[in-house]
Amino acid sequence: MVWTKKDLLGLEYLSREEIELILSTADSFKEVSTREIKKVPALRGKTVVNLFYEPSTRTRVSFEVAAKRLSADVINIATETSSVRKGETLIDTGKNIQALNADIIVMRHNCSGAAHMLARSLDISVVNGGDGWHEHPTQALLDIFTLKEKLGRIEGLNVSIVGDIAHSRVARSNIWGLTKLGGNVTVCAPKMLIPDGIEKMGVKITNNIESALKNADAVNVLRMQFERDEKDAFPKQLEYFREFGITKERLNKSAKKIIVMHPGPINRGIEMSSDVADGDNSVILEQVTNGIAVRMAVLFLVAQANERRKNETVD
Amino acid sequence: MKLLIKDARIISPADKLDQIADILIDGSKILKIGKNIKAGAPKIIDAANKIAVPGLIDMHVHLREPGREDKETVQSGTLAAAKGGVTSVLAMPNTDPAMDSAGNIKLLKDIIQKTANVNVFICGAITKERKGKELVDIAALKKSGALAISEDGNSVDDDNVMFSAFKAAKKAGVPVICHCEDLSLSAGGVINAGFYSTKLGLRGISRESEYKRVSRDINLAKKSGSHIHIAHVSSKESIELIAEAKKTGVNITAETAPHYFTLDESAVEGFDTNMKMNPPLRRKEDLLALRGALKEGIIDIIASDHAPHTENEKEIEFERAAFGVIGLETLLAVSYTELVKTKILDWPQLLMKLTVNPARVLGLKKGLVKEGEDADIAIVSPETEWVVEKEFFLSKSKNSPFINKKLFGLVEYTICKGSIVYSKG
Repeated sequence: MVWTKKDLLGLEYLSREEIELILSTADSFKEVSTREIKKVPALRGKTVVNLFYEPSTRTRVSFEVAAKRLSADVINIATETSSVRKGETLIDTGKNIQALNADIIVMRHNCSGAAHMLARSLDISVVNGGDGWHEHPTQALLDIFTLKEKLGRIEGLNVSIVGDIAHSRVARSNIWGLTKLGGNVTVCAPKMLIPDGIEKMGVKITNNIESALKNADAVNVLRMQFERDEKDAFPKQLEYFREFGITKERLNKSAKKIIVMHPGPINRGIEMSSDVADGDNSVILEQVTNGIAVRMAVLFLVAQANERRKNETVD
Repeated sequence: MKLLIKDARIISPADKLDQIADILIDGSKILKIGKNIKAGAPKIIDAANKIAVPGLIDMHVHLREPGREDKETVQSGTLAAAKGGVTSVLAMPNTDPAMDSAGNIKLLKDIIQKTANVNVFICGAITKERKGKELVDIAALKKSGALAISEDGNSVDDDNVMFSAFKAAKKAGVPVICHCEDLSLSAGGVINAGFYSTKLGLRGISRESEYKRVSRDINLAKKSGSHIHIAHVSSKESIELIAEAKKTGVNITAETAPHYFTLDESAVEGFDTNMKMNPPLRRKEDLLALRGALKEGIIDIIASDHAPHTENEKEIEFERAAFGVIGLETLLAVSYTELVKTKILDWPQLLMKLTVNPARVLGLKKGLVKEGEDADIAIVSPETEWVVEKEFFLSKSKNSPFINKKLFGLVEYTICKGSIVYSKG
């Protein structure tokens, strides 16, 4: 199949075939990072702007490395040091970047739907690098890529997502992606962190970690966002670890070897014990490596689609 | 000056009038209704195959003047009203300054006198500066011309202040229009709490935040014996509370807005900020309950809750965008398309909710097409099908949730106090 979308806004809006196309494209790009000269000319002459309205290290660096390995020029804009501080609207910022003849904007924003709004207003491609609590599609794609690499398939796998489901864009994107590919998803969290109606997204719900791990092939552990304002919604840190923390002991109770994932940064001793984070079930660092290949694939596909679209318009 | 409307189907439900006839207007009044009137009128409107109805009375309109004239003014808002067939509006008090004193009401009345294109009536605030603390002088507001009081946009949190407001309103003889929202439950929310807030990652506003406050306000109104009018009802539970209150003899009326019985929360998918309003679009179940409540008479009135906002306030991130949508110009067409074309209401029943009932709540001698009465009339071509476009609106703001929607029923002429204030041309 041919990728036709100008933007990548979320996994909800992709078909199974489109997700598989990204994964297979990522597969072919993964090898580039192992070369002595880690570069291909796929995006030579293109400009990628990382527009980050929220602090981020790993996602921003991962996109930057991905773009550079495709030979694109990369500009990083952190809004704390930009005109946004002077009150410029998101659309005006986007239009200014477009006027510089940039080709792709990768945006991280603390408001859900911000990437949609920007994409609607611009002709250039927008890649959602995480919007509010809504979606974080490239994180989910790299999680899925890693799982597929480890277990060879997604169809029929049991994946449990553990942690603050209510406020997690990673959870939402993983749910869309995994269920579209035939995976079985269970979400596990304290009751107050399970949002209304999430079962309609095709997942099972549990508040019991043992039950979440029992038949799991993989567990995706989310960061507990204790810095959030809604203190009452969160159990205390130690209480959380006692009730939901991933430990060797809990993993060992399962018949299968459970793959442990985490989007980072990890709170050691809260979401999981250190021996799990560093142990042989963990694929956390492989996720980081795979993130580059997945983001290379996404940047490449949207750039190609947009190029094609422009040519068709000219014809 | 005389004006003759020829061969219209005249529907005036207050007098159970539904017949094809002519209407002769002389000055600001209806002089005569009858067949084949020959008056040598200088201006004749051929209304064959059209419907002549009482000019609509929209009792929930934000004209934004004084204070936010970039969004709307009395002039632009009443031009929009006229285009929608609305001849009377109740201007809500959340202006800057708020309508919390006789002086401020006088200021607005002067603007109305100079610039309004249709009748504008004024709703006073409940508390000073709408801060929820200190009650306004309700008797003085009434004396200066306020027809009702409301803290619209806010709900008065303090039970004692609200109870005092009901008692003072009862004494002054004005209805209390309640915006029912318990902020402790809704704060920070931007769409209905439920599946869509979960899916879209947006903070939810629970139905409970509305109906809990409806319940409190009904209880306080009941104790005081005041007339309570519940504004922009959006949830099934609120309807149940209103129905129960009506059964037990509480002096209660209620309104809803066209967007609540037309759109449900799924319209927010895609993060269109024109779908962001407060209360938010609710579930399909609530939408159907509202349609049922309109049919059964539990909801008495349809009002637009016309809330203009500039593009700068809407073309931004969903969570940061202003709440509210415009509605004056689509009030009749959406209501007709969604309620009459679907056979939930007939024309007279719809017009009760758009003309007669709001006139009763506000104590206006309006809402009827009758000899000797004010010539406030809308002439509508009911079967004209049209698509709402941004360019259609005369309002200064274009934040309509109905852009691109196909509607039936187009206002051809609006006549206010005998003058043609809008003609489709």
